[in-house]
Amino acid sequence: MENNVAIQLKGITKTFGEVIANNNVDLTVYRGEVLSILGENGSGKTTLMNMIAGIYYPDAGEIIIDDEAVSIRSPKDAFSHHIGMIHQHFKLVDVFSAADNIILGEEFKGFNIKTEEAAIRAAHKKENEEFEAYVPEEHTGILSYMTAPKFHTEKETKRKIAALPFIKLKKHIQFGWLARNRAQVLQSIANKYGFEIDLKKKIYDMSVSEKQTVEIIKVLYRNADILILDEPTAVLTPQEIKKLFAVLRRMREDGKSIIIITHKLNEVMEISDRVAVLRKGEHIATVNTSETNEQELTEMMVGKKIELNIDRTEPHDVEDRLIVENISSTSHDGVKVLDNVSFTARSGEILGIAGIAGSGQRELLEAIAGLQKLNAGDIWYFDPTKENEKVDLRSKSPVQIRNMGVRLSFVPEDRLGMGLVGNMDLIDNMMLRSYNKGKTMFLDRKSPKTLAETIVDDLEVVTPSTHTPVRRLSGGNVQKVLVGREIAAAPTVLMAAYPVRGLDINSSYTIYNLLNDQKEKGVAVIFVGEDLDVLIDLCDRIMVICGGKITGIVDGRSAKKDEIGLLMTNNTKMTEDVIESMIEEG
Amino acid sequence: MVTNIFKKLKTEAPFHIVKRTDIPRWKKWVIRLVTVLVSLLLCGIISSILKPNSFGTFFDEMFKGTFSTPRRIVNLFQETAMLLCIALAVTPAFKMKFWNIGAEGQVLMGALMCATCMRYMGGSVADPVIIIVALVASVAGGAVWGAIPAIFKAKWNTNETLFTLMMNYIAMGLIAFIITVWVPSGSGVVGIIRYGQFPRLGQYPYILNIIIVAVLVVIMYIYLRFSKHGYELSVVGESVNTAKYIGINVRKVIVRTMILSGALCGIAGWLLVGGTSYTISTSIVAGRGFTAILISWLAHFNPIAMVISSFLIAFLSQGSMQAASTFGFGGSFPNIITAVFFFLVIASEFFISYRIKLRRKMNVEGEEIQPSKLEKFDNSITEFFANIENKIFRLFTKRKTKTVADNSVAAVENECLQIPATSQTDDLTATIQNSDCAEVSDKEVQE
Repeated sequence: MENNVAIQLKGITKTFGEVIANNNVDLTVYRGEVLSILGENGSGKTTLMNMIAGIYYPDAGEIIIDDEAVSIRSPKDAFSHHIGMIHQHFKLVDVFSAADNIILGEEFKGFNIKTEEAAIRAAHKKENEEFEAYVPEEHTGILSYMTAPKFHTEKETKRKIAALPFIKLKKHIQFGWLARNRAQVLQSIANKYGFEIDLKKKIYDMSVSEKQTVEIIKVLYRNADILILDEPTAVLTPQEIKKLFAVLRRMREDGKSIIIITHKLNEVMEISDRVAVLRKGEHIATVNTSETNEQELTEMMVGKKIELNIDRTEPHDVEDRLIVENISSTSHDGVKVLDNVSFTARSGEILGIAGIAGSGQRELLEAIAGLQKLNAGDIWYFDPTKENEKVDLRSKSPVQIRNMGVRLSFVPEDRLGMGLVGNMDLIDNMMLRSYNKGKTMFLDRKSPKTLAETIVDDLEVVTPSTHTPVRRLSGGNVQKVLVGREIAAAPTVLMAAYPVRGLDINSSYTIYNLLNDQKEKGVAVIFVGEDLDVLIDLCDRIMVICGGKITGIVDGRSAKKDEIGLLMTNNTKMTEDVIESMIEEG
Repeated sequence: MVTNIFKKLKTEAPFHIVKRTDIPRWKKWVIRLVTVLVSLLLCGIISSILKPNSFGTFFDEMFKGTFSTPRRIVNLFQETAMLLCIALAVTPAFKMKFWNIGAEGQVLMGALMCATCMRYMGGSVADPVIIIVALVASVAGGAVWGAIPAIFKAKWNTNETLFTLMMNYIAMGLIAFIITVWVPSGSGVVGIIRYGQFPRLGQYPYILNIIIVAVLVVIMYIYLRFSKHGYELSVVGESVNTAKYIGINVRKVIVRTMILSGALCGIAGWLLVGGTSYTISTSIVAGRGFTAILISWLAHFNPIAMVISSFLIAFLSQGSMQAASTFGFGGSFPNIITAVFFFLVIASEFFISYRIKLRRKMNVEGEEIQPSKLEKFDNSITEFFANIENKIFRLFTKRKTKTVADNSVAAVENECLQIPATSQTDDLTATIQNSDCAEVSDKEVQE
């Protein structure tokens, strides 16, 4: 086992200001294994991996490769140690083809004239010695002449050495020239590990999973033996995940070390050989996957026993609250983002929206909130305070919608870029919704202050004070502030886009409970989620969106993950049979 | 040896930069104060390089140029007021992240309107009427000049930086043209316009200008901090998406704010012509439109803090102008001095948001390696300054503060404990002393 170590970390510590991201972490990665780095958000998984990949430099500690402490000061250094990282947010040039992205940044392999000169001299000397020692046995014609050693005169040697600078120049020019067949050359790497990809395709034409494949090939092309994947499955459908795992297994058989950063337990169990658990920057334990289970891992991750169940109550007093009829919309560059979408959101019910990221979920919610221009279709709201009077929401601005007495709350995906203002404090952020009330031209900061204090108390927001800028709060607390503000408006329709993205387990469950409470209160909740397991556990109905089209609405109680996965990829050219066979292949 | 050092540098950075998450307010001010002092010191050094042995006299001249006579003091405050007025004008735009670098042109338009009123209405109407009409005209002129790029930005999302910059040149050209019309002789100098000058309050001129700007400071402070408009424009500045999300009409806010910004620039033009120079030329603004941006930025868009930053700039430029004329340094010297000041003050913001930290070394077992001589030196300096900072702070606030070095905490505590021991205090203070020695020293001072 000893010489099988690929990389070893000893006492790695990294701080950002006052925050300790990693504290004295020891970790060993062996060749030919898949190691999962498991931990909640903010537990320092990505920071740790970034230090191996040369993005950050540790404050203290050592990275040991081949029994030697190395310093990795840049991604370039990491590549020279055969380490490659596939980041969560892909770092690709959109307008380049896949092949060009792969060769991008490749270094010119040094051509040292001095060593080349020595090599030529040595070779010539050797051949000269051979020539002197050579005794022709008998003449067997021209063939023996050709195989016989030759004598190199001093002049010849010097001539060859004099040509070296020109050879170097030629190599430089050759390197700077893009070979016509570069895509074919790279394709061989892709085929070796069974990637199905067309490397001549441009990145902007690619799906997320294809982009990820390009990133992986890129790293392999640089001869990486240690691959780090940062949350590779977050954006993939169940089918794509299966494909990815198959590729990872093939790479493992090839002797590569693979490190996967994730917080999804089922994937950890499925793919990895060992699991390293981090909590609050500390390395808790590394265990063999075969000797553990999900419950145990969760406890290590969170530090205490927690219940991982969402209780779903039966909806009561269900009535139609929001009817969306055949709406269509195009983006700025004329791409159809919503295509003939129709559905009904009912009070006292959670309607989940599933789909690959960027399939039109954001546009759909923004269309209802009055932020997206519609080309066609209608949005009707039934006002419960006025005996379900029908109100037209189509092409109204957010202010108009509010003024009509429609209590519509919206928790957008982009918390600090849209829902809140990062540089403002809690009070000013509370004021976003209410500042325009009253007739004076001055602001009323009193009621937002009480609201902020109530939210801090009720939702247990961890903050130094209500005067702290929200960007200083952790992700979970930011989300509590936003959801708290939106719920405080006593909505009748609550829309939440990825409300638990980037949140730790505890905060996630707080948010699920809040949504459930709202459902109990008779609010029509629309929940856009990415984790299918959660959607199936939480929602009463799940609507699947794909490429701006609704591909199906299924009952949350009877839905199957694979069924939703199929609907999510419905409009790609994949037929059901292909996917079935893919699943069977694993 | 050298290669050894390089090798070492290559393998490990000797220091790294850490973002400060929280810095106490007093510490910020200590850093800024030190920066101002350092920049003054550096200016003195520059002066003594240009003219040997002028280090001390340079500061003499600085103060002579600004504070020696009442007249000079008024001039200093007048310059401060003019810079401040334009800084106030650009602030709402910059807070909205609308990069209005066209203050120069907007002031010029205000000045032009004011001069026009004074020239054509003079003699036929009473002076107060001219002043009022000139104010309205100047505000309108500046506002129009500010609104044009804003409308284009709101409608077609044009680049406001280029647009406002170009508007400056148009304003300059316009004034040059009008001057040729007014002065057919071609000298290009419009003489002093006798009508519509501001009344002189008291013995010295410009007092009215200073009062008007002081009122504007208060108004703008209230507007930016407590009004709905001020809130809206800061939301738009922070995030256009958030503004749209909560239903702010972003286009309206952009145009409205730029009208305000332009109008304030117009007032500055009105003050420049009607209350200061009583004439007009293309160089009447003298780059204040750009200096004002820096002033506003340095003050973090806080009108009250702008008073300080504009005063400092005015002091430096006026003072160094005096020094330059005494020592015969020439007209560029004040520019050098203000540039040094700006450079250092902007650099000081780096030390406010970041901290430079030496890397601690660990050996393989994870134990700390003894710090090198350099590190020891650095540590002792840090400790020394921490102690001094602490003492200064305690001097002002009479409160105990956290210190970097632990032993200095102990030292502070010892000091606190000694005070009640020497003076006979009752049991009550003795009990307080244990919990919070700061209160004790407060009591001591009162007694």
